[in-house]
Amino acid sequence: MKKRRNRSPYLTAGLILTGVMAALILLGFFWTPYDPTAISGSAKLSAPSFAHLMGTDNFGRDIFSRMLKGAGTTAVIALSTVLLGGGIGVLVGALTGYFGGIVDEVLMRLNDALNAFPSVLLALVIVSVLGSGKYNVVIALSIVFVPSFARVSRTAFAALRDANYVKSARLMGASSRRILAVQILPNTLHVLLPAFTIGFNNAVLAEASMSYLGIGVKPPDASLGYMLSESQSMLSAAPWYALCTGMTIVLLIFGVGLIGEGMNRQNKGVG
Amino acid sequence: MRYTVKKLTAFLFTMVVVSLLTFIAFDLISGDPAQAMLGTEVTPEKLAALREQLGLNQPLLVRYGQWLAGFFTGNLGTSYNYKLPVGQLIAPKLGLTLCLSFLAFVLTVIVSIPLGMWSARHAGGRADALFTTLNQFFMAVPPFFTGLLFTWVFSLMLGWFVHGKFPGFGQDAVGSLWYLLFPAMALALPRIAMTVRMLRSTILSEMNKDYVRTAISRGNDWGMVLRRHVLKNSLVPVVTFLAQTMAEIVAGSIVVEQVFAVPGLGRLLMASISNRDYPVVQVIVVILALWVVLAGTLADVINRRIDPRLNLGGDAQ
Amino acid sequence: MLEIQDLHVKFHNRTREAVAGISLTIPDGEILGLVGESGSGKSVTAMSVAGLLPRRQCSYSGQILLDGTDLLHLPRALLRARQGKEIGVVFQEPMSAMDPLMKVGAQVEETLLLHAKELTAAQRREKAIQALADVELPDPEGVYNKYPHELSGGMLQRAMIAAAIVTRPRLLLLDEPTTALDVTIQAQILELLKKLNREYGMSMLFISHNLRVVQKLCTHVAVMQRGRLVEEGLTDAIMQAPQQEYTRRLIAAIPTRNRPMARREDGCD
Repeated sequence: MKKRRNRSPYLTAGLILTGVMAALILLGFFWTPYDPTAISGSAKLSAPSFAHLMGTDNFGRDIFSRMLKGAGTTAVIALSTVLLGGGIGVLVGALTGYFGGIVDEVLMRLNDALNAFPSVLLALVIVSVLGSGKYNVVIALSIVFVPSFARVSRTAFAALRDANYVKSARLMGASSRRILAVQILPNTLHVLLPAFTIGFNNAVLAEASMSYLGIGVKPPDASLGYMLSESQSMLSAAPWYALCTGMTIVLLIFGVGLIGEGMNRQNKGVG
Repeated sequence: MRYTVKKLTAFLFTMVVVSLLTFIAFDLISGDPAQAMLGTEVTPEKLAALREQLGLNQPLLVRYGQWLAGFFTGNLGTSYNYKLPVGQLIAPKLGLTLCLSFLAFVLTVIVSIPLGMWSARHAGGRADALFTTLNQFFMAVPPFFTGLLFTWVFSLMLGWFVHGKFPGFGQDAVGSLWYLLFPAMALALPRIAMTVRMLRSTILSEMNKDYVRTAISRGNDWGMVLRRHVLKNSLVPVVTFLAQTMAEIVAGSIVVEQVFAVPGLGRLLMASISNRDYPVVQVIVVILALWVVLAGTLADVINRRIDPRLNLGGDAQ
Repeated sequence: MLEIQDLHVKFHNRTREAVAGISLTIPDGEILGLVGESGSGKSVTAMSVAGLLPRRQCSYSGQILLDGTDLLHLPRALLRARQGKEIGVVFQEPMSAMDPLMKVGAQVEETLLLHAKELTAAQRREKAIQALADVELPDPEGVYNKYPHELSGGMLQRAMIAAAIVTRPRLLLLDEPTTALDVTIQAQILELLKKLNREYGMSMLFISHNLRVVQKLCTHVAVMQRGRLVEEGLTDAIMQAPQQEYTRRLIAAIPTRNRPMARREDGCD
């Protein structure tokens, strides 16, 4: 039965903002106003203008173009992390939550213990072992995110394990796979989807932090975090560098955050 | 009494798991420590001798036991890089990082509780949409960006503190505390926003409960209902949330310390990771995990005092 | 003492009125039972008397006179002064109606704290324990120090009643107080209420969908259907000789030992 719900204005606003960012990023994959790596002696450290929307850095590079590329890297990494780590986590959580048993107990205790690790810390360590670079960052972050997705998923699936309609499906002889996919999964989406938005934002934050520290994505790959660390030394001379780069990160997270907020409100019927 | 024992056991179990996993992980990835220490001076004889001396030929669990015992005797291993005992390296910096984390945590609690109550009280009102939007916005601001902004505004423009020159508690306690305030605020800002959101949501769902109706039927006004009944009932999930916030603050402090050039564990950790100085990394990870688990255990104990029903078995959700 | 005059209540999100013109009187010392099925408007009427109407979500008119003062249009602050002091309320589910994190004693005292500010803490405690004894709880001091989840449903409902009567209110409002309880406990609570009515002359408005319970306790009965008053009068009179068809049907629906069930048409027994 289709529920008639008013779409939350937060959801709309979030989708619009994220949509704009996504469009810009997509554009950036194919075209940027300037070559992000092009050094220009004449235009060093110029403030934002029509020619350079976000000004130039100390090498004369156009910040806007670099920002587009950097945002792209960050977004792709975050998305990959959430799909990989989230996908595995949800699957693990679904299976243990639904089937229960000793495996479930053990994994739950393990999960509780893992909760103690600040996740960025763990990611840092993994990346330090694997080496820097965007693929390793995705792997490290995915590993780190699996437990939290598994926890959310497990709770959701375990709650519905004994629901009446699941029981009747079982009685009718439906296979477990079918039950999980058709009966339970659609009813867990209202907690899983917001969790994905939160995961995405955490991934953006983690990736930016790591690149800022120099242990994440490194040149020649563009990265907002790395740009931010560069901008620190020119704070007095060119504050727009830090401001624009930082604001990009903020807008990215803000947009997705609004989507999550909108989803939560819709679920509660508040709007 | 029985409960305390149970909690202590859970705490110890978690710490054992955490430290064991850490130890195994680093054992696997670190290669041969004797090799690392000798570096270019390695010869087969020296290698064998050093390995024997460091006790590297013993089985894993024995080495783990020895390492763990070291925590209690104060011998935490030796840094590959600095050739100094890890304990000596860490000691001065540990206090600083914990101080910063604690400061950020206190700021979070002091600001978010009244703000959360206010936002719940005015939910659905005219200011609500603006408040929620601002809230989401502040949740989106990474602490290291805020740190940069604070540095720009408060240090470079206003000169309220001198960036990069952390006085040190030995030299100037008040000045040091003042200096730490800025990274603490940067850390606290997104946490405050998240806690406010959480508190507001909890309070609002409590307001729908039956006992609120009873309280009103007795002549309480909304303020009294909030203060006398709802606040306490909203506390349990918030306390648990705050413990988690502690974990996130600790993680964030690693980065923020870099921004403000605070000589805490963060910088040591980063350097050690780059240098593959695993003894140091190992110990720092376990200590930070300890701090977090402690916060979680404390949260649980507090919750059981607040809500006696939790003592009947089962944990707070 | 309590007079409801032409009460109308309509919620903004509904089409028909919840209460469509009710007029009732409860003289001092009387127990009036307000009976009806779900949706009849009996709870809304009770909430209106208790001052618990969400004024922003509905429109209302009429008068609810408690000793001459119209509660329905009283400003909030003045209404609050009377809530708990002159009107005591007992709700259906004691377990959820009580604050789970506050000791029972503190909740019983709450109305004293709000309305009898001249009392010291020790005096409040004494009165609360006295009230707990009045509702026939064994070990009132022990109950005073317990949390709601440590008591059974029946004991907790007695405590709720104690909380409502500790200020000796003019009117005691009970919204389905026995519905959530076991039948044997139900009977005990009804006896307790009768005793309170006798000893303190406390007027009561007793809401229920259960005619049998009402018959046991209430001196007068009013029947509601779809927001309107169908019939009212002395309980015995109505039960023996109901005037309205609806009342008749309600009475007929009571399963009893003595009345034979109507035979099934197909001859099965």
